[in-house]
Amino acid sequence: MDQIYELLAITLGAILANNFIFSQFLGICPFLGVSKKLDTAVGMGIAVTFVMGLASAVCFLVNNFILIPLGLGYMQTVAFILVIASLVQFIEMFLQKSMPSLYTALGVYLPLITTNCAVLGVVLLNVQNNYNFISSVVYGVTGGLGFLLAIVLFASIRERLVFADYPKAFEGFPIALVTAGLMALAFMGFSGLKIW
Amino acid sequence: MNLKKQFIEGLLTQNPVLVQVLGMCSTMAITTSFFNGLGMGVAVLVILTLSNVIISAIRKIIPDKIRIAMFIVVIAGFVTMVDLLIQAFVPALSSSLGVFIPLIVVNCIILGRAESFSYKNGIAASFFDGIFQGIGYTVVLMAMCIIREFLGAGTFGAGLLGPDAKGIQILPSQFPAGMMTMPVGGFLVLGVLIAAMQWALNKSKNKEESK
Repeated sequence: MDQIYELLAITLGAILANNFIFSQFLGICPFLGVSKKLDTAVGMGIAVTFVMGLASAVCFLVNNFILIPLGLGYMQTVAFILVIASLVQFIEMFLQKSMPSLYTALGVYLPLITTNCAVLGVVLLNVQNNYNFISSVVYGVTGGLGFLLAIVLFASIRERLVFADYPKAFEGFPIALVTAGLMALAFMGFSGLKIW
Repeated sequence: MNLKKQFIEGLLTQNPVLVQVLGMCSTMAITTSFFNGLGMGVAVLVILTLSNVIISAIRKIIPDKIRIAMFIVVIAGFVTMVDLLIQAFVPALSSSLGVFIPLIVVNCIILGRAESFSYKNGIAASFFDGIFQGIGYTVVLMAMCIIREFLGAGTFGAGLLGPDAKGIQILPSQFPAGMMTMPVGGFLVLGVLIAAMQWALNKSKNKEESK
């Protein structure tokens, strides 16, 4: 039962209370860069969720079965980024062969996931929090879902921002940041959810 | 090589945060106290300079197709070194920055400069580019820290001498809005700063055109 409660707490925390974008500031670059249109935002969110889940699983195995037994704990950062980069490359080749439609839909955003700090961040946080295998994977996937939720909401707002009347100096990134700030304010309300 | 031009570019016209809009995650996440901002700024400056020099030195032997992977390996090596050094000599900084030190690996500023500058320029130019871009980044971090701390807690320079040092109270403590030190404040302050930068750049551009 304890395990189930822990997983539930991780899920709620990763999606709402400790959302990767709005309270931990991980993955801001793709969040601002790929949120101009709703459909690309959805594609990016799904791809990131997938990579985050997979990276959590693989990096957990690499860390616990290769790095720690060999006493190479200090190589974590280098090993993880290499795992993530090759994982992304692998997914890209796999999608190209087997699901070309999804591949073309994601387009240039797939390789960009390598430098998404949410992916490396979730892997490092897994190590820091001493999560076991299941918790790591759940944290990775739900963290990705939190990213998906944030980027979809943000893209929907941004599509309507075109019609808003704001000072010229705020054009582009500044108005997006102010919007994201207001959304972060709304997400702060979820921090009361920490019941476990 | 034009040092003055590079300096102005790094600090103002091509500022990594305010104009190129790179490395946002760390900019917003860690600018809650002066100590964090300065520590992070210096760490990025050092890593950026070292990786710029190395990448520029080996740029002719890197195969074009795998250059991004090579950049990441070089950067990750330096980040690990700096991370371990900080853990050893400034443990307080390491615990307050937490996961954001290893995350410098995926900080777009460093990869961005590697791709757009040091891969195409000589070692000396890349060295100064690293320093000036690093200074530009640090200055923005410090500005964000000062603004957020002033609006959020009404103090100045908290943690200037160490992680727990108290700042000087400027605003009486009932006025500040605590949310400015929370994630919300990061988004709002950075948004307004970038807007101010765009306004200033547009103004100077218009002036030049009307001359």
